[in-house]
Order: sequence, then C-alpha cells, then structure tokens
Amino acid sequence: MLTVALFQGLVFRQPLENVSQVLIGLGLVIVGLSLFVVGLQLGLFPLGEAMAHDFARKGSLPWLIAFAFALGFGTTFAEPALIAIAGKVAAIKALGAAAEQQDALRESYALALRMTVAAAVGTALVVGVLRIVLGWPIHYWIMSGYAVVFVLTPFAPREIVAVAYDSGGVTTSTITVPLATALGVGLASSIKGRSPLLDGFGLIAFASLTPILFVLVWGILWA
Amino acid sequence: MTFLWALVWSFVATLRDVLPISIVILFFQVLVLRRPIANWERVLAGFACVTLGLAVFLAGLEIALFPLGEAMARQLASPALVQLDHGGFAPWYGYYWTYLFAFMIGFSATIAEPALLAVAIKANQASGGTIHIWGLRSAVAIGSGIGVTLGAFRIVTGLPLPYFLLAGYLFVIVQTYFAPKQIIPLAYDSGGVTTSTVTVPLVTALGLGLAAHIPGRNALADGFGMIALAVLFPVITVLGYAQIAQSLNVRQLRASRSVGGGGGHLTKGLSQAHPTTMGDS
Repeated sequence: MLTVALFQGLVFRQPLENVSQVLIGLGLVIVGLSLFVVGLQLGLFPLGEAMAHDFARKGSLPWLIAFAFALGFGTTFAEPALIAIAGKVAAIKALGAAAEQQDALRESYALALRMTVAAAVGTALVVGVLRIVLGWPIHYWIMSGYAVVFVLTPFAPREIVAVAYDSGGVTTSTITVPLATALGVGLASSIKGRSPLLDGFGLIAFASLTPILFVLVWGILWA
Repeated sequence: MTFLWALVWSFVATLRDVLPISIVILFFQVLVLRRPIANWERVLAGFACVTLGLAVFLAGLEIALFPLGEAMARQLASPALVQLDHGGFAPWYGYYWTYLFAFMIGFSATIAEPALLAVAIKANQASGGTIHIWGLRSAVAIGSGIGVTLGAFRIVTGLPLPYFLLAGYLFVIVQTYFAPKQIIPLAYDSGGVTTSTVTVPLVTALGLGLAAHIPGRNALADGFGMIALAVLFPVITVLGYAQIAQSLNVRQLRASRSVGGGGGHLTKGLSQAHPTTMGDS
C-alpha cells in the first residue's frame, strides 16, 4: 500500500485521484483482515483440527482419503479464478473451429480444464494426507514431481505450458489454505511419531504441483 | 453507491467460495464421522467472521488498491519512464523503474495476503513460537518480490520461462539438501500460499500490461508465467532464511558451550528439539 503512494508521489508526480475513496478502501482492508483472523481462530482452525482428530480416532484411511479428495476437488472446481482462466483458454482453443461449433467446443474445453485442475488438487490433498499418515519425506515427492513436469514441458503445446505453470498458483483459495493447513497439523499431531511442523505442512505444496502436471498431460493428450 | 455495490458483490463472491467447503464438511461430519461438531456455535461464528472479513477486505482492495495498481502497471511500461539508448532503442536495463515497482508490488501484495497470514499463525503455533509470524511473512514476501522482478525481466528480454524455472528448482534441490529438515515442508508450502487473492490479480495485470506495451511481446504467450516465478522464489528465500538463522544459532550455541548440538534431534517432538529460530524482523 505504501508502495503505491510512494510511486504515485515520486515517479509519476501526479496527484492521486479521489483520496477519500482510497482511504475508505484502506480502512476496509484493515477491518476485513482483522475479522478474518478472528474467524480463523474461532472457526476454521478448530474445525480443521477437530476433524483431523476425529478421522484419526475413527482409524479409517479410505474415508480420510475420500474427505481429502472431496475437499480439494469441491473447492477448486468452484474457484472463481480458475473459472476465469478456463474460459480464456477455451476461447483461444475454439478459435480455429468452425463458427457453428465454437460455443459447444468452448464450453467442453472450459469444463474439461476445470475438471482436470480440480482432480489435480483433490489428488494433491490425497497424496499429502497419505504422506502425513505414512511419514514419507516430502522432498523426494516434490522433486520427482517437478522433474516429470520438466520432462513433459517440451511435448506440450506452447500456449498450454504458460497456463499450466500458472494454474498451480491460482488454485489455492484463501479459505482452503487455512483449512488444509489446520487439517494437516491436526493429523500430524494426533498420529504418534509425527511432528506437527515436519509432517503437518506440505499439503499446499502438493496442491501447487499437481495442477501443472495434470494440465500438461491434459494438453498433450487433448490438443 | 459504487462502494456499497463492491461490498455486496465481494460478499456474494466469498459466499460462493465458502459454500462448497461447507457442503463437503457437513457431508463428512454428519454421514461419516457421525459426531456433532464440538462448540458448533463458535465454529459457525468463526465461519461468519471469516466470510464477512474476507468480503470487507476484498471490497477494500477493489475500491482502493486494484485500480491504482493496474493503472500503475500500465503507466510503468509507457515510453516516458523507460531509459532509451542512443538509437532510440530500449535495452533491458532501461526498465529499472519497472523492476523496482515489480519488486515492491510482489513484496507488498504478499505481506497483505490473508492466506499467508493464516499459515504463518499456524506455523507459529505448531513450532511452539520459534517461527515468528513476521519473520516468515517477510521472508516469503522478499521471495515473491524477487520472483515478480525476474518475471518482469523475463517479459522485457523475452527469454523462455522453463529455463528460469529449471534453474530455480535445481537451486531448491541443492538448498533442500543443506537446509534444516523441519523447515522444508513449510518452505515448500509458502510458494503456493503466496499467490492468492491479492497477489494474483495485481501480478497478472502487471504481466499483461508489460507484455502489451513492450514491442515484440505477445500478451498471451509472454504475459502469463509471472505467477509461476512468484511461487518458486519464496521457497528459496524461506529455505535460505532458515539456513542463515540456523548457522547463527549454532554459532551462538557453540559460543555459550551449551549442551546438545544445534540440529541433531530435529525429528523428535519440537517441544524438546532445538528449534531453528526464524529471526524477527
């Protein structure tokens, strides 16, 4: 926020338009962020941890996996940023087709891309949760994942590559992140022999890797 | 009036974000776990706070910061601010204002990111207070700033993105080998966490604006890819920061001849382990 003020004053030497509006907006940002943090401590963190404990007590790995997948898939499929990107990509891809087929083609592309990324994030949470339960070290997984990404890159169509790389960062929303983190830390602290810091984190790391992988594969197979 | 509309609109958008999560949680809580949610009134109040807070936050961004940030991204690529050489041609180093702005946009957007704040709070709790909230946030923000700056440099020069990423991830592999073990999962997470509600729209606007203004660049092929770099570099800075903090810590321990090595039993419970202190800043 200071950045913008500094640059506007020093570099452009232009007066800011409607200062009052900016000040109101700044106030809203501060109030909103404080409310968000209060809500985290009251609702999201305890809920994520309680569910992790309950799953650990129930001792059923298949249900835990189903929950992880549903959480990743459901939240990503509805993510507005992803919907916007999928629409853009689909519009580009449909350009070459005949005019009467364009709409149908665009819709099916957009839907397929959204399904791909959502399935990727669902899979990421499943792998992440399995990692916590079984105690696998994270770096081998992430490293080999990125190695596969680099091997696949030359084979994928060029316009898909940029979209694929960006889709990894776009998919983790502000509400999914705290919940997934609380779930991971809760799981790690309720399973014997796991440390919350060493084993509880890492879910988001998988969620930013698998979309790249899945979109690249999707691009190679489909385009 | 625009102000009220922004508030209502962002509230609806946030609700749409919360809804699928609530459905999934309710389904599993009622049908699979078959246990009542402990303190469900409090959890409900918490959810309401999160939704409302996020909506107000986004409305504030929409009113105050996004229009400014986007306008500036466009202005920065305009010819008046670029240093031309004798032939009237702009070399890559002529864009220093752009690089500076890219760094500051990456840095300040990341500091403002609510998801990063949430993870930092959780990391602070999980580490028993040895990872400082501000230390982690600054390390991630510096990384994101560097990532966005390199992204700008890449768009200006037109170098291919995979080279940057390949070099970056090779560096991460080397660092992972030397870094304190317990920071690794958190460091990997910090990349994906950085790029959320605040950073993505601002950085995308910067990338597309730059690609549109610089001759020979195509907005679609070159404008994207900044996010990917902003995901990579926080991993490097967080790992690096932990390494520096640890080596300082070990030196201190040696100096005071305290019992037990600096990083010997990190895999045990954290409460007993010698934690790697993320310095406050």
